[in-house]
Amino acid sequence: MSGETGMSASEAATATPTGTPADGVAGGGAPAVRVRNLVVGFGAPGADPVLNGVTFEVAPGECLAIVGESGSGKSVTARTLLGLAGDHACVRADELSLAGADVRGLSEQGWRRRRGRDVGLVLQDALVSLDPLRPVGREIADSLRLHTSLGAAARHARVLELLDRVGLPDAGNSVRKRSGELSGGQRQRALIAAAIALDPPLLIADEPTTALDVTVQAQILELLASLKRAGTGILLISHDLAVVGRLADRIAVMSEGRIVEQGPAHEMLTRPEHPVTRQMLAAIPVDKPRGLRLSPRGAAPVSPALVSPALPAPDRMDRGAPPVTVLEATGLVKRFTRPDGSEQLAVDGVSFRLERGTTLGIVGESGSGKTTTARLALALTRPDAGEVRVLGQPFSSATERQRRRLRPQIGAVYQDALSSFDPRLSVEQVLRDAVGGGSSTGRGGASGSAPDRLQVLQLLDAVGLAQGLLGRRPLSLSGGQRQRVSIARALASGPQILICDEPVSSLDVTVQAQVLDLLDELQRDRGLSLLFISHDLGVIQHVSDQVAVMLGGRIVETGAAARVFAAPEHPYTQALLGAVPRIGY
Amino acid sequence: MSDLEIQAGLGRSPRAARSSRLPRRFGVAESLAGLFALFLVTAALFPGLVAPGDPLGIDPLSAFQSPSFAHWFGTDESGRDIFTRVSHGTGSSLLIGTLATLIGLGLGLVLGTLAGMLGPVVDFTVNRFLEVLFAFPGLLLALLFILIFGPGVATATVAVGLATAPGYARIIRGQLLSVRSSAFVEAATVLGRSPGQILVRHILPNTLAPLFVLGTLGIGQAIVWASALSYLGLGAAPPAAEWGAMLSAGRTYIGSAWWMSFFPGLFIVLTAVSATALGRGIERRMRHA
Repeated sequence: MSGETGMSASEAATATPTGTPADGVAGGGAPAVRVRNLVVGFGAPGADPVLNGVTFEVAPGECLAIVGESGSGKSVTARTLLGLAGDHACVRADELSLAGADVRGLSEQGWRRRRGRDVGLVLQDALVSLDPLRPVGREIADSLRLHTSLGAAARHARVLELLDRVGLPDAGNSVRKRSGELSGGQRQRALIAAAIALDPPLLIADEPTTALDVTVQAQILELLASLKRAGTGILLISHDLAVVGRLADRIAVMSEGRIVEQGPAHEMLTRPEHPVTRQMLAAIPVDKPRGLRLSPRGAAPVSPALVSPALPAPDRMDRGAPPVTVLEATGLVKRFTRPDGSEQLAVDGVSFRLERGTTLGIVGESGSGKTTTARLALALTRPDAGEVRVLGQPFSSATERQRRRLRPQIGAVYQDALSSFDPRLSVEQVLRDAVGGGSSTGRGGASGSAPDRLQVLQLLDAVGLAQGLLGRRPLSLSGGQRQRVSIARALASGPQILICDEPVSSLDVTVQAQVLDLLDELQRDRGLSLLFISHDLGVIQHVSDQVAVMLGGRIVETGAAARVFAAPEHPYTQALLGAVPRIGY
Repeated sequence: MSDLEIQAGLGRSPRAARSSRLPRRFGVAESLAGLFALFLVTAALFPGLVAPGDPLGIDPLSAFQSPSFAHWFGTDESGRDIFTRVSHGTGSSLLIGTLATLIGLGLGLVLGTLAGMLGPVVDFTVNRFLEVLFAFPGLLLALLFILIFGPGVATATVAVGLATAPGYARIIRGQLLSVRSSAFVEAATVLGRSPGQILVRHILPNTLAPLFVLGTLGIGQAIVWASALSYLGLGAAPPAAEWGAMLSAGRTYIGSAWWMSFFPGLFIVLTAVSATALGRGIERRMRHA
């Protein structure tokens, strides 16, 4: 493979200045990257550094995964290795070398020569990383044009070869496509092709699969694995231990700017020592039985004075009673008109029943019609055929005025919590609106009544948020906090049904675990019935009593969760299950 | 909530917010614009405080004097002090600009709200009407109005307001449509709010907030247009101390007494520039609020 030649060339050029032989590296030669005691700070010299004493190295043909929460410093680490830490960053290290060459104090010009040649980068969001107006072929050829003396024809041939190598179907055609015309997985492949165009000894992949469906995720991980086998060193950055388990040879767990634990992947996944690692492992929902806590208990701030059952809670479910259907959909159909005038069936004959006190999980990949189903269930769009009934009463066929009577029975939690809040309102105003809204009290600019205030505090307490957050805007909250506010708002009217559309898919695994535990707790305390929609089979498996698998607008398999996961019948379900990343040791 | 999440929340947002807010406290341009605006407002409210003389007082002996310590901006053909006249003209220029902008915004708000709220038929009709208005250059529209209702300060003000209205209407309509389809309006629907409640609580405030910025930006433009109309003899008439009218009066003597038209012109430009700088500053602040 041409990767070998690229390696040895840069080795020969840079072996002399450092002079230190790379000891203990498999395969010999300089490590693709070597970092010793890296310290990166922003702003005032006295302030706490963002990275504090980070040490690691990646050998050619090896994959090191850096795993940590958002804010732990893993992305800053990646950026520092590319000389992109920023103008205000103060970078210090005992050693920082790429392909054997010291890159400390390198000028911007020097960095520009190295980016792409010594180190390639693959980012999470390929849609943003690719120029929407340029064909991907041109995008990939850019680095060839800047770093090599190849002619136009040779460049084109190389681009085709690269696209072929990353497994883009029909490379000759794909070259001319713009990023908007490619699917998410194809975009990610194109991005990887651009990153490996010059055969850099090191490839940094920052959350390369987080935005992708599980089956596509599995394919991209396989592609990265093939690059690794071909001799490229890979620095994989992720928040999800299950994902990196497939690819990484070694794992480093980061927390608060330090690497707290580092070791061979197998050992880290089976015998974790540091509490942070353990917590991350515990947070992985896949294969964990329903009801098992994923996050440590008792972390939520609870003020005893507020733990009173004053909130309107529906009757607890009593076991043995015949199941009551709270939400029922029959034969839902929804068509959309594409820009070119053709029609698309987003939802095609979907029927389901949600029994009181249980969770119905709907799982499917992007474009399968999950979200449209949620919107139909919430009567935010009108079905072209079929009906939704809530508590036995017509819902989708009623007028909005009639529906408003039933609305308090249904709460909704959205994937993008932030955009579901009015940007002008504080957390307190959001919750106050939800609490006192239906009646005429407390509307508009009125200061609201004391009972409202108490109810807002109880809601906050129920979702484990501190009162200090009341005055904050949702924009200034973390993702997990926003989702908690969103859940609190959904609970304000004392609903029996909660419809959650991808409530955890934009959250880190450990925060996801906390939110899932919270939902589980609330369900048990209040007898809530949950319609839980997610693309993540692991999450669905953990939360659901009943499961419906969606594909192309239809439910292809449905049944009790235990049965579906133990013995999936439909080939698509089997494929989905096979693609779920799990700790396979 | 775990320590991790608390720290992620606290560690990221306040620091990011602080560091991004610090540098844009007051830019140089904003500070200068603010000072100039302060001067303008003082001159508009208390012109005697800035320039104690009489803007209309004739002194034929000192006609056509170039700028000096006695007459900072020089004098005109009747010996009137240009600085005094420019200062005393501030009030009427600002008033015309502000009123015209308010008229434009008001009309735009009505048209935009009709188009954005009352369904596709009204939307279609209003849009076609706006397109017809857009087909004429704004100033031509203003001229047409004056042609019908006769020249004068009042008609010039209304004319400028009318000419700017289609632009505002378009922006307001777009803003309304995007707010209406936003996730938080949907969330309010799910909570069981009535359309009226949603309109008052969410849609109107989020639509109207950006108008403040638009208005500030628009005042500068309205002053330029109103001055242009006066310059053409369609707004304020020459003896009055109004910037456009002074500009027009100075045109005859532009070869010999450049200061007669230069200083009123300078004030028009500076006013428009500072209004724009302030508007942009407010806009940036609101976006990050």
